[in-house]
Amino acid sequence: MNLVKLIEFLRSRLKTVVRVCFVVLALLILLDALFVSKAHAHTGPEHWPGFWSLFGFVGCVLIVILSKWYGHAGIMTREDYYESTDEDETEHTDV
Amino acid sequence: MNFWLHPSLLLILGGLLLPLVPARLKKGWLLLIPLSVFARTLTLTHGTFGEVHVLNWVLVFGRVDRLSLVFGYIMSLMCILGTLYGMHVKDDKQHIAAWFYVAGSIGAIYAGDFITLFLFWELMAFSSVFLVWFRGRRESLPAGLRYLLVHVAGGLALLGGMVWYCKTQGSWAFDDVFRNLAVNHATPATWMILIGFMLNAAVPPLHAWLPDAYGEATFNGSVFMCAFTTKTAVYALCRGFAGTQLLVVLGVIMALYGVVYAVLENDCRRLLAYHIISQVGYMVAAVGLGTDMAINGACAHAFAHILYKGLLFMGCGAVLHMTGESKFTELGGLWKKMPWTFVFTLIGGLSISAFPLFSGFVSKSMIVQAGFEQGKLWVGYLLLLASAGTFLHTGLKVPYFIWFGKNRPKPEVWNRAAEPPVNMNVAMAITSVLCIFIGCYTPYLYRMLPFPEEAMKYQPYTAYHIFETLQILLFTGLGFFLLLKKLVPEAKISLDLDWPYRMGGRVFLWLARKPVQALDTFVGELYRYAGLIPLMITARLSALFDNEVVDGAVDGLAESVRGVGRRLRLAQRGQMQENLTFAFAVAAVLIVAFIIYSNR
Repeated sequence: MNLVKLIEFLRSRLKTVVRVCFVVLALLILLDALFVSKAHAHTGPEHWPGFWSLFGFVGCVLIVILSKWYGHAGIMTREDYYESTDEDETEHTDV
Repeated sequence: MNFWLHPSLLLILGGLLLPLVPARLKKGWLLLIPLSVFARTLTLTHGTFGEVHVLNWVLVFGRVDRLSLVFGYIMSLMCILGTLYGMHVKDDKQHIAAWFYVAGSIGAIYAGDFITLFLFWELMAFSSVFLVWFRGRRESLPAGLRYLLVHVAGGLALLGGMVWYCKTQGSWAFDDVFRNLAVNHATPATWMILIGFMLNAAVPPLHAWLPDAYGEATFNGSVFMCAFTTKTAVYALCRGFAGTQLLVVLGVIMALYGVVYAVLENDCRRLLAYHIISQVGYMVAAVGLGTDMAINGACAHAFAHILYKGLLFMGCGAVLHMTGESKFTELGGLWKKMPWTFVFTLIGGLSISAFPLFSGFVSKSMIVQAGFEQGKLWVGYLLLLASAGTFLHTGLKVPYFIWFGKNRPKPEVWNRAAEPPVNMNVAMAITSVLCIFIGCYTPYLYRMLPFPEEAMKYQPYTAYHIFETLQILLFTGLGFFLLLKKLVPEAKISLDLDWPYRMGGRVFLWLARKPVQALDTFVGELYRYAGLIPLMITARLSALFDNEVVDGAVDGLAESVRGVGRRLRLAQRGQMQENLTFAFAVAAVLIVAFIIYSNR
């Protein structure tokens, strides 16, 4: 199938793909800083070049780190947390 | 009274007749009914139809205006796609349950009064629960019961609120509750209605039923569930509570809450379910903002959301259907086996993340814009933060850890994996095309919105907006790949606010077992000493009398008690589900009887 071949092609040139991605990111900031009109901006900081790049990146890092911290603070637990005690109950009620 | 053909009636009749349709015509029937519902929706004209006079109420089954039409349109469209997706399932019950569920949702949308709204609202809950039960796993029954329990509680809040509210208003019409509320101050009645709506919209802290049930439903049941319950609630909130400031705060909390839990989630369908909470958060916040632009945004986002979330659940449902697995830790590297499912899921992911040219871009931005325009900068920024989180999980985590990643499934799972049946692929392909079409050709959606002039003025494709979105999303992507090690899914579950009622049952059982049993033993002992011993003495004294006179009478009495007992035993032998349904029906009848009686 063509689609599988395409994915294989991209995977075999992973280094190039990654480089292209970095170029795209750099271009994005560059074009934003040079050409994009900031007339639609709502607040002051949005006029900084690459403000939204920073926002996206910092936002992503914050979401991951804070969520993981929250999860490991006791919210994440073993998969049979509810089940095992349920079985306990059925045993008891059967008696 | 002129007969007005209600779209829901087609679904209900079509569902009831489905078992009678010969097997070779079944697939045609499964397409015909949703298509005719959609056709009926297209022929609806504005106005009030289907008024039925019952006792001293007027039930309005067909209030057709711009707001109800846009929701009715997308619901009937999704019904076609959902049915097509599950068309190969040879179990009439599942299709009937799904259609009744859609009928409930469409009925609630066109309802013009609270009683009709409530009837269809409950039809939704009581038919969708079967989509969970039909999965047939050991966990399905309790998960369905929890779902039903929560929705019955929400339904009762709504019922109580609306009876109270309508008594004070002197009218059963379902209109702008908030406007009346602003005039007459908030009463407990309006709060109860709001709680009933918020529960169905999965607003925290009333949200935990959603991932619990949607992660447990059948592979195609979830496709239906993700579309209808929450969006019907969004409709009801748009209709009744536009401009309620509290909803802005709750909506923003929802948008971020879903994102946080999605980081922790290991089951792909539960992850998607948490992102429903997140996305519905945008809509709830928009309802709270309440401007024309915001209401347009809420409707547009609900429209786009139903399609892309349906598509995402179809993609993950296809993986579940083919491999039997939905956990990231049991999946990985499936690109060789299910490449097209990957492409479709990716399109869903890009749409939900609001990439330019995809549907989310033209709908979500209206809400963010409405927030900024009202001067609520925190709303705009926090919603944009949540959209970074959305791309992080639905656009990156789901496709990456199912179709790529370092993890590899067990050999038997790997061997089972393959592209799903044709009808599933076709349903996903059509939904994908719609997602892209909405993103590219904005007038299609914008013309349908409640305030079309306002919507047609809005221009999502400005250079600034495109660059803003691309920067946020692509740099989120950079963050994802840099933090990949931290994001590897863990085989764990996350505790959520379903904990109180899942563990609360246990407290109740413990109470029943320990203290109540102790009391029972104590009373038994007391009875033995204080009652039984004196009784024995009396018994001996009366034995003579007893033998001669009472025997005959007692024998007769015992026989009849035994008879009654046998009947009772038969009556309550049924399943717990039946009992619950029965108890609820009795409660509803009693309340209705009470209303009629008190109106006299």
